[in-house]
Amino acid sequence: MPIIENPKYQERIQQHLAKYETKRSAVMPLLYLAQEEYGWVNQQGIEEVAQLLDLDPTQVKSIAGFYTMYSEKPKGKYWLQVCTDLPCALRGADEFHAWLKDELGVEEGGTTDDGLFTVEHVMCLAACDKAPMLQCNFRYVENLGQEKMRELLAQWRAEAAQPVGD
Amino acid sequence: MHILLRGRDIANIDQLDVYEEHGGFEGLKKSLALSPAAVIDQMKASGLRGRGGAGFPTGVKWSFIPQHEPVKYVTVNADESETGTFKDREIMEKNPYQLIEGSLICAYAIQAKAVYIYLRGEFWDIGDQLDDCIEQLRAKGYVGADIMGSGYDCEVYTHLGAGAYICGEESALLNSLEGYLGQPRVRPPFPAQKGGGLYKEATVVNNVETLANCPFIMREGAAAFKAIGTEQSAGNKIYCVSGHVKKPGNYELPMGATFRELLYERAGGPLYDDRGFKAMLPSGGSGPIVPLTDEVLDTPMSYEHCAEIGTIIGSASIIVMDESVDMTWVASKVTKFFKHESCGKCTPCREGTYWLDKVIDRIMDGRGSPDDVKRIADVAENMQGTTLCALGDFAANPIIHTIKHFPDDFAQHVQAAEVE
Repeated sequence: MPIIENPKYQERIQQHLAKYETKRSAVMPLLYLAQEEYGWVNQQGIEEVAQLLDLDPTQVKSIAGFYTMYSEKPKGKYWLQVCTDLPCALRGADEFHAWLKDELGVEEGGTTDDGLFTVEHVMCLAACDKAPMLQCNFRYVENLGQEKMRELLAQWRAEAAQPVGD
Repeated sequence: MHILLRGRDIANIDQLDVYEEHGGFEGLKKSLALSPAAVIDQMKASGLRGRGGAGFPTGVKWSFIPQHEPVKYVTVNADESETGTFKDREIMEKNPYQLIEGSLICAYAIQAKAVYIYLRGEFWDIGDQLDDCIEQLRAKGYVGADIMGSGYDCEVYTHLGAGAYICGEESALLNSLEGYLGQPRVRPPFPAQKGGGLYKEATVVNNVETLANCPFIMREGAAAFKAIGTEQSAGNKIYCVSGHVKKPGNYELPMGATFRELLYERAGGPLYDDRGFKAMLPSGGSGPIVPLTDEVLDTPMSYEHCAEIGTIIGSASIIVMDESVDMTWVASKVTKFFKHESCGKCTPCREGTYWLDKVIDRIMDGRGSPDDVKRIADVAENMQGTTLCALGDFAANPIIHTIKHFPDDFAQHVQAAEVE
């Protein structure tokens, strides 16, 4: 169901449209809603946002492409973004990132065969005092090591194995 | 005593009633009893300078807003994306009402119609928290129509970015907020001028930490604030310490405290007891690197004293490196950051960061020549002063200053290449 018709999003769409002077200003928040609905920013989402804001889909697509938090291709169920910027790297983030890719058997930006995990590195996430750290689906997980990470991966695998709606 | 990180002294100050019990909204109340011009005078007298990095006097910035313009805005820069910076996050998570009160003081002083808080997208949970705070404030008459019975109306909104360092640059932030690509604008007109700000209206853009100082200044008086710090650097500052120290974290100290006090007494000294400090980046990736000599360690952390040692205090994101660190690697890391974050609008920055990264990779791989070191210094110098915003200058700094202070670190890579 298009987000414009989905009751789940109506209140938020109206709130975002109300808070700005121009419709165009709502392009970023609405792209987040499209990403929430489809799991990534697909052509369908782009066209719906464009229609809501009286913009051309190309204009919306350019915004989606400029910012790194809009995903232009499907990701794993758990999108793991490891900060490897200088402050984190001084505390072992490069080694942690390499280990995590090995542990999951993926290349940079790759997704595990079961579709659960995508691993990539990102720029500074403003959590430099809690390195190594990553964000999983935009939630921060901090002060990581191999042991803690193995536990989290097991926890996420178990969570993903639960039947939907449980 | 904390002025900013009060969440560490007062339990539950992130709750409105607790915040009010501890002087919350007294600063706004005092401001509303004054004329807007008198509030700006207080801010000027306090000596507060912008905490986002540039250190521009806050009251002077506010005074640039033309009073006769009917529509004006305040935009809060909560994009916090400079490498090594994590102070605004703690202010907003632990003491959110102080930021909103400060924003409203600024809004009243320039008679703004609305405040937009631009948060980096990763701070969506803080955005939710601030939205809740705003609703509570609306219910108690601090936000919306006729604030505290003063007759002044102002709305406060949050907006989420989506992962772009450049949106911390004020004109790129405004473009992003308007739904355009987050790329810097040609100035003039400046944001404070009609035509240059949000929706082409005169706009103040201030950093979170800057605005979080304003309630104290209005409540306790400009003189109380000016009494803290040094002559040209008034007040407290939050120093974000990361890298090779025992206790990384945020530390709030008066401006003018020394790097030695911060790094040894607060942050616990070098992470490994058998390795001394080698260097620091005092303003994240964007400021000049300096060797951690005794002279530097004894330098007061202020705008004026940091200039004397050839660097800046900037946002005070202090990344510390011990003697095991190869500065060529540091230059490479920081260059990769700026290459990724260059918005692509200006040729010297877009092409410069691309080629700097390529050549440093070659040097790091042992395939570089001594000419390559000269080449990257030359490219970096040619980037400076040639772009619409400071990112081009920032990207040049790690190259120019690592080569200047640590030529041997580069020489070891290129000499090794020659031997082979």
